[in-house]
Amino acid sequence: MVQKKISVPFNDEGTIKSLQAGDQVLLSGTIFTARDAAHRRMVEQLEKGEKLPVDLTNQVIYYVGPTPARPGDVIGSAGPTTSSRMDKYTPCLLEKGLKGMIGKGYRSQVVIDAIVKNDAVYFAAIGGSGALLAKRIKSVELVAYEDLGTEAIRKLEIEDFPCTVINAPEGRDWYKESQAAFRKCKE
Amino acid sequence: MREVYYKDIVSKVKLLCQEANYDLGQDVMMAFEQAARTESSDIGREVLNQLIDNAAIASENRVPMCQDTGVSVFIVKLGQECHITGGSLYEAINEGVRKGYEEGYLRYSIVDNPLTRKNTGDNTPSVIHVEIVGGDQLEIQMTAKGGGAENMSALKMLTPSDGVEGVKKFILNTVKQAGPNACPPLVVGIGIGGNFESCAYLAKKSLFKPVGERHSNPEIAKLEEELIQSINALGIGPQGLGGSTTTLDVKIEVAPCHIAALPVAVNLNCHASRHKHAVL
Repeated sequence: MVQKKISVPFNDEGTIKSLQAGDQVLLSGTIFTARDAAHRRMVEQLEKGEKLPVDLTNQVIYYVGPTPARPGDVIGSAGPTTSSRMDKYTPCLLEKGLKGMIGKGYRSQVVIDAIVKNDAVYFAAIGGSGALLAKRIKSVELVAYEDLGTEAIRKLEIEDFPCTVINAPEGRDWYKESQAAFRKCKE
Repeated sequence: MREVYYKDIVSKVKLLCQEANYDLGQDVMMAFEQAARTESSDIGREVLNQLIDNAAIASENRVPMCQDTGVSVFIVKLGQECHITGGSLYEAINEGVRKGYEEGYLRYSIVDNPLTRKNTGDNTPSVIHVEIVGGDQLEIQMTAKGGGAENMSALKMLTPSDGVEGVKKFILNTVKQAGPNACPPLVVGIGIGGNFESCAYLAKKSLFKPVGERHSNPEIAKLEEELIQSINALGIGPQGLGGSTTTLDVKIEVAPCHIAALPVAVNLNCHASRHKHAVL
């Protein structure tokens, strides 16, 4: 299986355009964590005309709420959570320059359209492999919303973090295509 | 009357919470290994192999397999000749959860109120079902139930004319809609019959049975097997990335119901199907 090595954030414009649904990638660089509560707070701040605690331009958000780290560890278990719960907030963040999201599961058509419009990308990581994925996280820094505990925004340094491209600017949907290939019944 | 001490329940529950999160069940590991041999998609096999590696890392490093260490759900069978000494059964279980999650570096995933949503900071309260049974023993079954699969679960009040075909259709639709969200390959827990609330409980209870074990009633066992085939024909595959393994097992529990009713509940479980059990 060919795995493309990709640097994040997406400061090089050509990188996202080179990605296609179904690509296996290894991401290295820095990303931010945010899930339900942090998304809600970010969008509330934008609605009030306030500045976000992080500049999302070209950045990648990982939908994760890690377990606490054991002494000596960088992070606890840290796999992806279900992305669809962030759908309501995602188009607004893409408009603010967000370029990538890592999670698991289906996105709404509204989000897929916003991914195409904003030249962004949605990656799936393996749900329920948090112990394995934590090994690819090299450092963790608390950035904002500390009161949210596991749901706070953290900056992660990752190395060869494995994902599958589900939706890219070309508009295809890898979940639909890959499942159709193995379906043995009427849809 | 046999006595069981509060403090012994606390330490047992603490252990169950940690083992459920660190140690994949042997039944599930065997199902992973079997699926990794038979799965027809390359990426599907890769996902299964990574889940096997993940389980090994979690167990060795005493790190949770998944960051969602779940709602702690208990089914307790309390023998009527067994007396709890030193405190209440409910408080003992919650104290065990508190200790298990704090000392085990597990995530706190419970909010105090569904609308105002403040984290309780110790993963309590847990969900506790108590059944009074014969004998003098205290049996505790625990599952760490993750949010992703629970969110995609569903209950429908079908009626008798819907029949077994209606039941199958509802189950398949629920699994189809869940797709990758519920972390397939799934264990699909099904309750058929009872009433509105007992049907959901039947579905939950079915998930405590070992993966790979068929129902003792041959007709129900046949329905389980048929559903395994049709769910795997959906093509969803491991993590929804396409493949022939969408479910590791289907478990059905049935109960008598009203002449007007045919309730069906589908409680989905992620691939780890975390459940542990102890007898005191």
